[in-house]
Amino acid sequence: MADSIIEIKGLWTQFGDHIVHRGIDLDVERGEIMSLVGGSGSGKTTLLRQMLGLETPARGEVCVFSKSLHGSDPDGVRKLRDRWGMLFQEGALFSALSVFDTVALPLRELRTIDEELIHDLVMMKLEMVGIEPYHATKMPAELSGGMVKRIALARSLALEPELLFLDEPTAGLDPDRSESFVKLVQELHRELNLTVVMVTHDLDTLVALSTRVAVLCEQRLVIVGTLDEVVADSHPFIRNFFMGERGRRALEAVRSVILT
Amino acid sequence: MTPAPDLRRIIAADGSCRLELSGAWNLQALERRLAELAPRLAEYAADQTSQWDLSGVDVIDHAGAMLLWRAWGRRRAAKLVLKPEHEPVFSRLEIPAEPAPPHAPRDPLWVVIVIGRKLLSVLDHLAAMVMVLGQVVLDTAYLVRQPSRIPWREISSNIYRTGAQALGITALVGFLIGVVLSYLSSQQLKLFGADAFIINILGISVIRELGPVLAAILIAGRSGSAITAQLGVMRVTQELDAMAVMGIPHTLRLILPKMLALAVSMPLIVLWTDAIALLGGMVSASAELGIGYSYFVSSLPDAVPIANLWLGLGKGVVFGLLIALIACHFGLRIEPNTESLGIGTTNSVVTSITVVIIVDAVFAIMFKDVGIS
Repeated sequence: MADSIIEIKGLWTQFGDHIVHRGIDLDVERGEIMSLVGGSGSGKTTLLRQMLGLETPARGEVCVFSKSLHGSDPDGVRKLRDRWGMLFQEGALFSALSVFDTVALPLRELRTIDEELIHDLVMMKLEMVGIEPYHATKMPAELSGGMVKRIALARSLALEPELLFLDEPTAGLDPDRSESFVKLVQELHRELNLTVVMVTHDLDTLVALSTRVAVLCEQRLVIVGTLDEVVADSHPFIRNFFMGERGRRALEAVRSVILT
Repeated sequence: MTPAPDLRRIIAADGSCRLELSGAWNLQALERRLAELAPRLAEYAADQTSQWDLSGVDVIDHAGAMLLWRAWGRRRAAKLVLKPEHEPVFSRLEIPAEPAPPHAPRDPLWVVIVIGRKLLSVLDHLAAMVMVLGQVVLDTAYLVRQPSRIPWREISSNIYRTGAQALGITALVGFLIGVVLSYLSSQQLKLFGADAFIINILGISVIRELGPVLAAILIAGRSGSAITAQLGVMRVTQELDAMAVMGIPHTLRLILPKMLALAVSMPLIVLWTDAIALLGGMVSASAELGIGYSYFVSSLPDAVPIANLWLGLGKGVVFGLLIALIACHFGLRIEPNTESLGIGTTNSVVTSITVVIIVDAVFAIMFKDVGIS
């Protein structure tokens, strides 16, 4: 079933004189985990923000769930926002709300769910991301970086999204937490048939999760394909990224796990 | 689109009851029909023996599963038919969810506790401010011995920002206050035929009181908040820690230059505000009472003893030091989160304006015999 969740056609992004993307075409299909890869400052996060409608394209079009984000139907686009979740790099928790209220906020905004069900759903989401119940009354300022990230994930999952955006999901987590994060995304992907678009620098996460990889370099998409296809490509950036010391180690580690 | 969630009860010939669920049981679809479905679910679930057939369900997510789970009394229905791919959604629910800890009950003595906390926090602020002041004095002594370490560049940039850039707003406010004060006073003086006293009234009130206080309030709002926010942001972005690691003392590089800069620029701003306010008063007096500009200017030195000017400028120096000290103190106490930044900035401005007015009252009592003939 090849129905596209996200379609990007001829996208140009420009900030003043600075061109970030030149004519990007990308399709994300239902049920896949697409990783965006690229050097620092290559516009990965900006591309993610374009898919969320947080930036306006200079040219081209972004469609999510076959609806143009900058088309003539702002109400329709607003409804879309209940169907996707976003995990921001720094968490972006609301500093005025407690952990419980932060996760409950999107559910309360629906205004149709009773408080008791909200309570159960929130506690389940927190439990899913490995936050103990007694943390629920804490404020974001009292939390460690890793907890902020996991609570932000719980918030992005609160509305049971079909599409999940992750910006550097494992940056700043310890290896153990990264590992359980990867496991959690895998489980959710299986259980809920989630579609995931992820920006990451972490090769281990990339290798463990991605079903397809898109490489951004010099304002364009160099290649979109499965990990093996991408690794086989001869573009100098890809050679450096995957075939450098760290890249080779990550790939080898995964290969050996698959073989054994 | 996915089909709407549906629920049907089929009662077989032998009286046994079968519940068929179909469609999409996810939050998206359920959200609209929750009010209708929830009571029906509760009603059907009351019969423990009925069989639940979920094999017609297209999609189910945690919210849908939770809804059914609650209807079943937080356990699996005794007779349940489930698609194998939906199994994991339910298995997640079987981990018992602990209730959130209850809120702590309010202490019956909470009034005392709140007042006590407030008092302790005021004392704490005072102690911290004295400590900052002491460090600044030590730094000054150090700079006197080592003049090459004086941060000239920081001082001059602060003078520019707190002084030169504040000329516009102080001129506007000063001029308007001068016009209003002069207009209202001349209305009253006209009744008594005491027109010439407008010069005394304006001269004394503007130079001795209004000029310094007005300028101080404007600078506290403008530069005080900017200083607090700047230091606060430096705390949030860990710039303060970076400076400490490099061995650059905060007081020497951040606080001392700001205090010195405000101590220099405040009296100048006071002088400027005085002049513009008197100009406004002069314009109004000439329009209202017909007092000529040259007469106004020439009789000003006789009406207002020069001591008033020195007093006003002296107040300016003190206010400048206080505003900078309070702003820096609150800035350094901001915790590394955005909420604290907002609260800290508000507290800083409110405190410095209050302190300026209190100190002005102290000045008025201390110098009651000076400059008033």
